[in-house]
Amino acid sequence: MNMIPKHLEQEAVLYLDGVSVSFDGFKAINNLSLIIKPGELRAIIGPNGAGKTTMMDLITGKTRPDEGTLVFNNKIDLTKHDEADIANLGIGRKFQKPTVIESLTVWENLELALVGGRSVFKSLFHRLSTEQNDKLQSNLELIRLEEARDKLAGDLSHGQKQWLEIGMLILCEPELLLVDEPAAGMTDDETMRTAELLKEINKERSVVVVEHDMEFIRQLDTTVTVLHEGRVLAEGTLDQVQKNQEVIDVYLGR
Amino acid sequence: MEYLKAFLRPTIRDVAGRRMIMILAVVAIVVPILNLAVPQGHFLHVSTFTVTLLGKYICYAMLALALDLVWGYVGILSLGHGAFFALGGYAMGMYLMRQIGDRGVYGNPDLPDFMVFLNWQELPWYWHGFDQFWFAMLMVILIPATLAFVFGFLAFRSRVSGVYLSIITQALVYSLMLAFFLNDLGFGGNNGLTDFKDILGFNIQADGTRVVIFLASIFFLVLFYAICRFVVVSKAGRVLVSIRDAEPKTRFIGYRVENYKLFAFVLSAIIAGVAGALYVPQVGIINPGEFSPINSIEIVIWVALGGRGTLYGAVLGALIVNYAKTWFTGAFPEVWLFALGALFVISTLFFPKGVAGIFGGKALDAFNRAADKYRKRSGEANS
Amino acid sequence: MKIVHRLMLLVLGAVLSVSSLADEYSDALNTLIKGNFKEKAKAVEVIAASGNEQSVVILESMLEGNLFYRRSDNLLGFAELVDKKYNFKSLDGTETEEGLGKRKVKKVSVNNSLRKQLRGLIAGLQLISGTKAQRKDAALNMLSTVDESMVPLLNSALKQEKENSIKKLLMLNIAMVDIDSNDEKIWQPALSTLRSSLESDVRNKLVSIQEVGPEEKQQAITDALQSIEGKVNFYGGVENIFFGLSLGSVLLLAAVGLAITFGVMGVINMAHGEMIMLGAYTTFVIQTYVMPNWVDGSVLVAIPVAFMVTGAFGILIERTVIRYLYGRPLETLLATFGLSLILQQLVRTVFSPLNQSVATPSWMSGSWAVNGALSLTYNRLYIIGFSLLVFIGLIFLLRRTYFGLQMRAVTQNRPMASSMGIRTGWVDALTFGLGSGVAGIAGVALSQLTNVGPNLGQGYIIDSFMVVVFGGVGNLWGTLVAAFSLGVVNKFLEPVAGAVLAKILVLIFIILFIQKRPRGMFALKGRAVDG
Repeated sequence: MNMIPKHLEQEAVLYLDGVSVSFDGFKAINNLSLIIKPGELRAIIGPNGAGKTTMMDLITGKTRPDEGTLVFNNKIDLTKHDEADIANLGIGRKFQKPTVIESLTVWENLELALVGGRSVFKSLFHRLSTEQNDKLQSNLELIRLEEARDKLAGDLSHGQKQWLEIGMLILCEPELLLVDEPAAGMTDDETMRTAELLKEINKERSVVVVEHDMEFIRQLDTTVTVLHEGRVLAEGTLDQVQKNQEVIDVYLGR
Repeated sequence: MEYLKAFLRPTIRDVAGRRMIMILAVVAIVVPILNLAVPQGHFLHVSTFTVTLLGKYICYAMLALALDLVWGYVGILSLGHGAFFALGGYAMGMYLMRQIGDRGVYGNPDLPDFMVFLNWQELPWYWHGFDQFWFAMLMVILIPATLAFVFGFLAFRSRVSGVYLSIITQALVYSLMLAFFLNDLGFGGNNGLTDFKDILGFNIQADGTRVVIFLASIFFLVLFYAICRFVVVSKAGRVLVSIRDAEPKTRFIGYRVENYKLFAFVLSAIIAGVAGALYVPQVGIINPGEFSPINSIEIVIWVALGGRGTLYGAVLGALIVNYAKTWFTGAFPEVWLFALGALFVISTLFFPKGVAGIFGGKALDAFNRAADKYRKRSGEANS
Repeated sequence: MKIVHRLMLLVLGAVLSVSSLADEYSDALNTLIKGNFKEKAKAVEVIAASGNEQSVVILESMLEGNLFYRRSDNLLGFAELVDKKYNFKSLDGTETEEGLGKRKVKKVSVNNSLRKQLRGLIAGLQLISGTKAQRKDAALNMLSTVDESMVPLLNSALKQEKENSIKKLLMLNIAMVDIDSNDEKIWQPALSTLRSSLESDVRNKLVSIQEVGPEEKQQAITDALQSIEGKVNFYGGVENIFFGLSLGSVLLLAAVGLAITFGVMGVINMAHGEMIMLGAYTTFVIQTYVMPNWVDGSVLVAIPVAFMVTGAFGILIERTVIRYLYGRPLETLLATFGLSLILQQLVRTVFSPLNQSVATPSWMSGSWAVNGALSLTYNRLYIIGFSLLVFIGLIFLLRRTYFGLQMRAVTQNRPMASSMGIRTGWVDALTFGLGSGVAGIAGVALSQLTNVGPNLGQGYIIDSFMVVVFGGVGNLWGTLVAAFSLGVVNKFLEPVAGAVLAKILVLIFIILFIQKRPRGMFALKGRAVDG
């Protein structure tokens, strides 16, 4: 079933229309509409409290909208699924703080993330096939953690944890990847490599990046959406939105 | 054979577990010989009392294993595991009651004594079938499993976790205790079920029977240990650990957290139920006191002291604490509660890894990292 | 009719104290010794009508079997049995003799009809000349025995009575007689008087005559009974709510301290119950050892002392154990459980494993009879009031004082508070001390309701957690609503399901409720909570 209105001919990996949610009277998201095309890399910026994280929560099923439509891949109503479902449907999420399973090794973390075998029964009797083993190995190389293979994830540096998490997300093979402030707390060098990594990932899947760091977004070189008070304020290239008077007001204050 | 090997591999590969099983095997061989073959009065003779006491400890160790599976690996601190233990015990007790037949005080062939005493005319429907051993044993597994399933299904689905879950598990065991104290419930009220005569036709007091039950306890402890080991080292075990350490993350990778929790919780309840069923014929009584919240929370200290997150640590903890309890309550009954209380405080403050941690348990590193982090944080705030 | 005349005389005698009756009085006293029951019946009426100061005492002791006469000289007097011997004292108190043998004295015998007569006469005398409380009691007690013969007495009592509530009772008595009439003009007003009463005697009377007399009257009585029944049920409901509120106030007292330590600080204090127990023991110590001669005041003194003692224990626990466990709720739970075991055993060792008795001060005993169907005991009333007082005090402390401000600052944003110069460590300790101190106060109140023993606290810890969680963690008002609603629900379930089952049902309800709303009734919603 196609849930997107007919007049929108384009295909969308993610379609948000008129989404609102409020907490104790405070409208965190206010009539938000957003379309992400397949294969797109979209950066989302906005001041604190603009509703970026809440938007992620809505898309991944952690929070339910009060009203509005959230459709994945033109046909799946996201409001009817929970986190695990949505993850298995093909939406991956990277948290702001790096979240890896600290008491497991890097390898075990990746093994957990590997697509398939999510049921209790399958995971009880799970053995790695050679093919899967190779896949893990190449992923390990992509995120440059070959050396740390048997290290506990808790012992990794901040940047390494971010990469491990991204590696885990890739192994989940999502069609759409949501990334929340990946560059926060990274060195310049790490930031640059992260941007490269995201572009690399973008070759195979759609990516939505929420970020504060303008330098990082410039490196991504892609369409930017500005969120403010739970709605879209402006959309365009970074240069365009930086010249937008409303955006300047919001960022610099009136 | 291939499957058996695959099943046992995790157990055999683990040094501590292998040692523990070897010690248990030695005990299983030596103790019965010293009890049955060495004459009484000989200095090597092990009294039947001691055999029963050891059997009790083994049952407690099973119970600790059950709790460690959910607490140590999934982070579910159940303060109500005594409920599953007691329910298993009651199922066994009901079978043993039915075996008394007309040898009770009132000599009623159809009704247990306490029902005659309450002027009941016929056996309540839920007592039917318990005269069959196989049925009773099925219930030993099914009743705790069903309770765990229903409770866990509701709780995990609505994402009750952490201390909230702990508190409602305590409320669960507390309300069960209140219920079992009621005479009208049909489980002997205050006095519970006792005065057992025989099991499978063998005199329950006889030395031979005692030894067999003791051996059965050891067998089940080893079996459950192997099952837990298998679960823990499988990918499912790593999912459990990842739920413990980062539940939301586990969800976002696509695992149904509630199903994994439910699986561990039900398995744990079954282990606890079987432990209770083996416990009852050895102590000769089951009463509502087994449901008391204190009993359930004591299990937690066994696991905490032994070292949660290491299965052998839980077993070790149960044995150490219960031996200490027997010794203290014999020598200084007044001091026992002080000692137990101090154990709680000291082990949480100074030995979060437990005894197993002192010998270098690896699985617990996450706990301590988390602890250090909080300590650092509160230190910063305090300074 | 003869009796009526005699009673008229009695009233006159009582009011005017006619002197010519003096001789008749001493004759009557003699009749008590020698006469048969019939003659005695006349004699007691004379005595009652005599207006003599002693007549009530004589009639009462006759009713209770304490009126004797000495065989040797037929002297009338009071006697009491001490060690199988009688101590005798003449009526005027001039002659006393101790250690009289059984045969030396004889009881003035009474039979059932005489007893009934005596009761009526005593009541009559008290109606006229008793104190306010005596008159009220007399009028109430007459209800079950009142008959036509007493109406004149009641009428004259009504004339001189000034107290409104007693007047009403007297009229009620008259109506009880009038209702027997089949004359519409008499029974109708009587019924409308009776209708408004909730005394069980009135109800019994109406039930007994429900099927006598004209049809119209029977119908009216049935209606009246229905209306009374309705009111009685209503007051039964009110009483249930009162019991529920009283249980709720106990829950509130027990839980409100926990609402601070658990709700505000996030510390799971399993030793909270033991803080309550220590508060109760403080009351016991103060009453038994510090001021044994002043029970009435000792409870009041115990309130601040218990607060200090348990508060100090709380601070000690916070500084030595809990502060190392912040952010690790499950570990805190275990460590404080260990502390609870230690405290229980400490009390067992210092005092005894047995329950101690704490006396109730006189101003807390007794009850307030609202009407015939509803009476409320003072200790419960006081505890409801006290729990609300404690609650309001806490709200005030948290909302309106500088300490409350610091406390909220620390719990909401610790690093920020500390960078603003608040000594977060001490605020933690004092907050925990406050929660524990309030538990101690709860202990003082509980010592008035239950046994004081080492296990006192255990019974409340689960309930307290249930109340806090049900009400919504971090919300004191939620705790208030939860405590009272759980108390009332529990009391309404009790008659239907029995006390234990009611408790189980409430627990199961809360367990299910937490599944539905894991953060309680009045929980905050949104991102901040999950984070």
